Amino acid sequence: MAAKARTRPKAEVEAPGGEPADTLRGYYEQMSLVRAFELRSSEMYARAKIGGYCHLNLGEEATVVGLMAAIEARDYLFTGYRDHGYALLRGLSPERVMAELFGKVTGVSGGRGGSMHLFDAETRLFGGYGIVGGQIPPATGAALALKYQAAAGPDAAAVMCLLGDGTTNIGAFHESLNLAGLWKLPIVYVIVNNGLGMGTTVEKASAEPDLYKRAASYRMPGVRVDGDDVLAVRDAARDALKQAREQRQPVLLEVMCYRLRGHSVVDPARYRSPEDTTIAQESDPVPSFRAELIAAGVLSEADAATIDETCDARVSEAVTFADESPEPDVDDLFAYVYASKVANAPSALPGEPVMDAL
Amino acid sequence: MPDVIMPRLSDTMEEGELSRWMKQVGDEIHKGDVLAEIETDKATMDLEAFDNGILEQHLVAAGALVPIGEPVARIGDGSNIVTGSAAPAAPTAVADKAAVVAPPADAAAPVAAAAPAPAAPAPTATPTGELRTSPTPTGELRTSPAPTGELRTSPLARKIGREHGIDLHTIAGTGPQGRITRTDVDTAILAQASVAAVPAPTPAAVVPTSAAASAAADSVDVPVSRIRAVTARRLTESQAVPHFFLTSVVNVERLVDFRAEVNESLAALGTKVSLNDLFVRASAVALRAHPEVNASWGDGVIRRHHHVNVGVAVATDDGLLVPVVTDADQKSLGAIAVETRALAGLARTGGLSLGQMTGGTFTISNLGMFGIDSFTAVLNPPEAGILAIGAATDVPAVRDGVLVSLPTVKITLTVDHRVLDGAVAAAFLRDLVTLLEEPLRIVL
Amino acid sequence: MTDKVVPATRTITYRQALNETLRYELEHDEKVFLIGEEIGVFEGSYKITAGLLEDFGPDRVLDAPIAEEGFVGAALGAAMLGMRPVVEIMTINFSLIAIDQIVNHAAKMRSMFAGQVSIPLVIRMPGGGGQQLAATHSQNLEVWYAHIPGLKVVAPSTPADAKALLTAAIRDDDPVIFLENLSLYSAKGEVPDGEQIAEIGKAAVVKTGTDLTIVSYSRGTTTALEVAHQLEAEGLSIEVVDLRSLRPLDRDTICASVRKTGHAVVFEDDWLSYGIGAEISATIGEGVFDFLDAPVRRVAAAEVPLPYAKALERAALPSAADLARVVREVLNISSTPNDK
Repeated sequence: MAAKARTRPKAEVEAPGGEPADTLRGYYEQMSLVRAFELRSSEMYARAKIGGYCHLNLGEEATVVGLMAAIEARDYLFTGYRDHGYALLRGLSPERVMAELFGKVTGVSGGRGGSMHLFDAETRLFGGYGIVGGQIPPATGAALALKYQAAAGPDAAAVMCLLGDGTTNIGAFHESLNLAGLWKLPIVYVIVNNGLGMGTTVEKASAEPDLYKRAASYRMPGVRVDGDDVLAVRDAARDALKQAREQRQPVLLEVMCYRLRGHSVVDPARYRSPEDTTIAQESDPVPSFRAELIAAGVLSEADAATIDETCDARVSEAVTFADESPEPDVDDLFAYVYASKVANAPSALPGEPVMDAL
Repeated sequence: MPDVIMPRLSDTMEEGELSRWMKQVGDEIHKGDVLAEIETDKATMDLEAFDNGILEQHLVAAGALVPIGEPVARIGDGSNIVTGSAAPAAPTAVADKAAVVAPPADAAAPVAAAAPAPAAPAPTATPTGELRTSPTPTGELRTSPAPTGELRTSPLARKIGREHGIDLHTIAGTGPQGRITRTDVDTAILAQASVAAVPAPTPAAVVPTSAAASAAADSVDVPVSRIRAVTARRLTESQAVPHFFLTSVVNVERLVDFRAEVNESLAALGTKVSLNDLFVRASAVALRAHPEVNASWGDGVIRRHHHVNVGVAVATDDGLLVPVVTDADQKSLGAIAVETRALAGLARTGGLSLGQMTGGTFTISNLGMFGIDSFTAVLNPPEAGILAIGAATDVPAVRDGVLVSLPTVKITLTVDHRVLDGAVAAAFLRDLVTLLEEPLRIVL
Repeated sequence: MTDKVVPATRTITYRQALNETLRYELEHDEKVFLIGEEIGVFEGSYKITAGLLEDFGPDRVLDAPIAEEGFVGAALGAAMLGMRPVVEIMTINFSLIAIDQIVNHAAKMRSMFAGQVSIPLVIRMPGGGGQQLAATHSQNLEVWYAHIPGLKVVAPSTPADAKALLTAAIRDDDPVIFLENLSLYSAKGEVPDGEQIAEIGKAAVVKTGTDLTIVSYSRGTTTALEVAHQLEAEGLSIEVVDLRSLRPLDRDTICASVRKTGHAVVFEDDWLSYGIGAEISATIGEGVFDFLDAPVRRVAAAEVPLPYAKALERAALPSAADLARVVREVLNISSTPNDK
């Protein structure tokens, strides 16, 4: 992993990329919010407020912000289980996301999905999928529906499907990219390559560790970008989405980043070498983007501190909200099993008779 | 605490004879204990306790006929012990009727649910009477004694049995592995119904008051048992059937030898075959060959039976009982011998179940052991035939020009003329005689 | 009397009933599209989709490459966006390649996302052995799907039900596993004209009787009816319950029938252990225990990967004779020589 080529350009002293200061400040605010939310999630997990599995975007904030800056409201987003940051930047309030993690009725899915399965129809966040690669075929199908429902063009919707580096080895990835290439679907597959599938490095898992090259099999452009560079990520994703919506050309985009911590909150990541950990910490996009903006005069130290404090306070409010929200009502246990009412739908709780004795 | 009442132990039962007290006043009683034996119109049954406590009083004496629901004893905490025998069918009990109509089973249930009563309630214990004295009648009657041994029954049979007050322990199951099925219970219900169809004699008719008995110094009136009463009724009924008799003399020389041979080979098993067993087996084989005889008059139809079930009349102290050897044509001689012996034993001790006394398709009555040469038997309705067997008698005969002594038995067949005519019955009897005279054929 | 109009009927095959229903739904709802292997140019491995590509074009009748997980999942994704895809999986055996998408995704999404999305998806697939297709191509895996909350699983036994249940399935807003059977495709039956929509979750008493209830579904129901009629001639009165829907399961209809007859035999093409029959036996035990006059018996396939050889295949699959024999055993009636 240490040998991996990094494409990130050196920070310029001027406003990075010549972007308006407000935009850059906004990106930093978003990165800071994701960072604050994930740190607090980790804490809440330790406090046993959050159960199950919990995977954090720590270290991937630039990727998250860059991708979410590129996607349009009309587009559909499918992601894996490392999804908190994407949900926040898709526009879901920290309250609803944290409440979902807490398993409360005020959560985005009323506490039914939890950390791995954040879903919001309104903002077209189409999940949060806990099964590795489970989102890839449905995302492909969503693109199929878009192709069927509307013509290509600048205003057309597209699908962004996020997946991890480990996911590129499963059948669904290849089957889906084949279908998308074959049927010319408006979809961008984004490999968020943090170098580790749980504890297995890309080199140990993929015969072709340059994952973007796999696109060639499906006559699809394959692009790699530095995931620690928010602007590079944004621009690459925008370009890919443009091809998808305007030309029905699916694209495979590989975003290189580091996972700051373990696979999930319970993983101490002892398999990582000290060198690797050092690289990950040195590449941490949040402090480096912060320093970059201060150096460029976009932010003062005090501004940055205020942003961090504000984000932290925002997350604190979310925690309070989640904590104070009610548990889901057990009477609603079967409420969403079926959309169409159906005769004889099961509704027995454990130990209850399946039917009254005749 | 409610009194112990005369339980309803069959669907046709209206009253029962408390034949014997098994627990005495002052005895400690546990739920499920057998308090007394009750003789019903069908069989002798156990009267079980539904309460824990001390038996404080016998309200009726042994031998009393007591209507269903009337109290027969009192179980309490032991503070009201009343000794001395009560009058049979104590009239005071009737006055209490309204208070005790609740079935004992229901009264017992809440007690069990509330708190397990101590094994031996201390006399000073606070009465736990409120639960026990507020029975909730549901109309459901507990009709069977606690299961003794394994009872294989379908749930449906159990349910129907419960609803009709049939004690499944009295039924022989015909299902796989002897499982009692709906058919078996239905048959038992029908059997009871046919008995019930005959008006039951009123107690007054069969049990003269003791006053009347003592008034007539020249004679003594013996109260009849339930069995006697039922037998009387059924035999009377049978006299209305047009019937005729056929008699044959059977040369039993070979049969006697055959029996000796068989017994030799069965000796190791400890089984002995009687001449009567040979008659049962021979009759069954003949009946299988003559399905027209294995039949009964059934209200406008002649009902031919698929099974050959041979009843064997057994004299008991209380009266004549006819346990049934089912499927006798399918059973070995040894099996018939063992079964008949067991059934007769049960009959004499009052242990026959209803199932063991029903379903017969033909009956054999043997008075040979009493030295009777020949006799005619009265039909056992609805069966079409009954065979009366006399004693083996040596008669002189000429064989190869030499006078020899031959053992013979006179057998007389009584026939329901509605079902069979003379020639048909004669053919059956002829074949039966042949079987008895060439006994190897009865085991083929 | 009501003015209810009794629709005219035609006698058509199960295959034709499916084909006509797909055609009708394609014509009447542009959100409906078909997707599967060889359903277009090839007109379907079993010709269920014959003529549809020609009439509706490749956008509506989509030939998919051999990628069950991919195209089943794609259909699921299209359903999330409001389409009404009808997937054909060539046989149920291949559905295992797509089972992650069916079980881990299609079945879960609505519940897991608190009703924010519905999955109006139909997955049609035939199962069944008896054509010498050997172990991998002869399975009945319906119980895999019937086990899963969130799915609906139907298994029509007649052309009329094939039509009415397929119509219901396509118009249903939930994922419906639609089980066909290879040996039923050419079966003929009367099918009412016009729109017919069955109620999913309801069984049907397809023959009344008083002595014993045979519970079955799909091809098994046709065998059950055959046996019931044969035994009728012998004086036995057999009731046949056609489940039609395996999830939800119409326990009331099953129990009401067994309550009446006191005897039940379940006939299923699938393997015995942990099968549909096991579920029904348990249901009967719970629902009508007091009315049982004999243990519930199951007649199911021998638990072996189905061999190719005809003689072995025949021995392993449950037959009408097996069913008749078990019915007699349950009723405690001795067998006639015809049975075996």
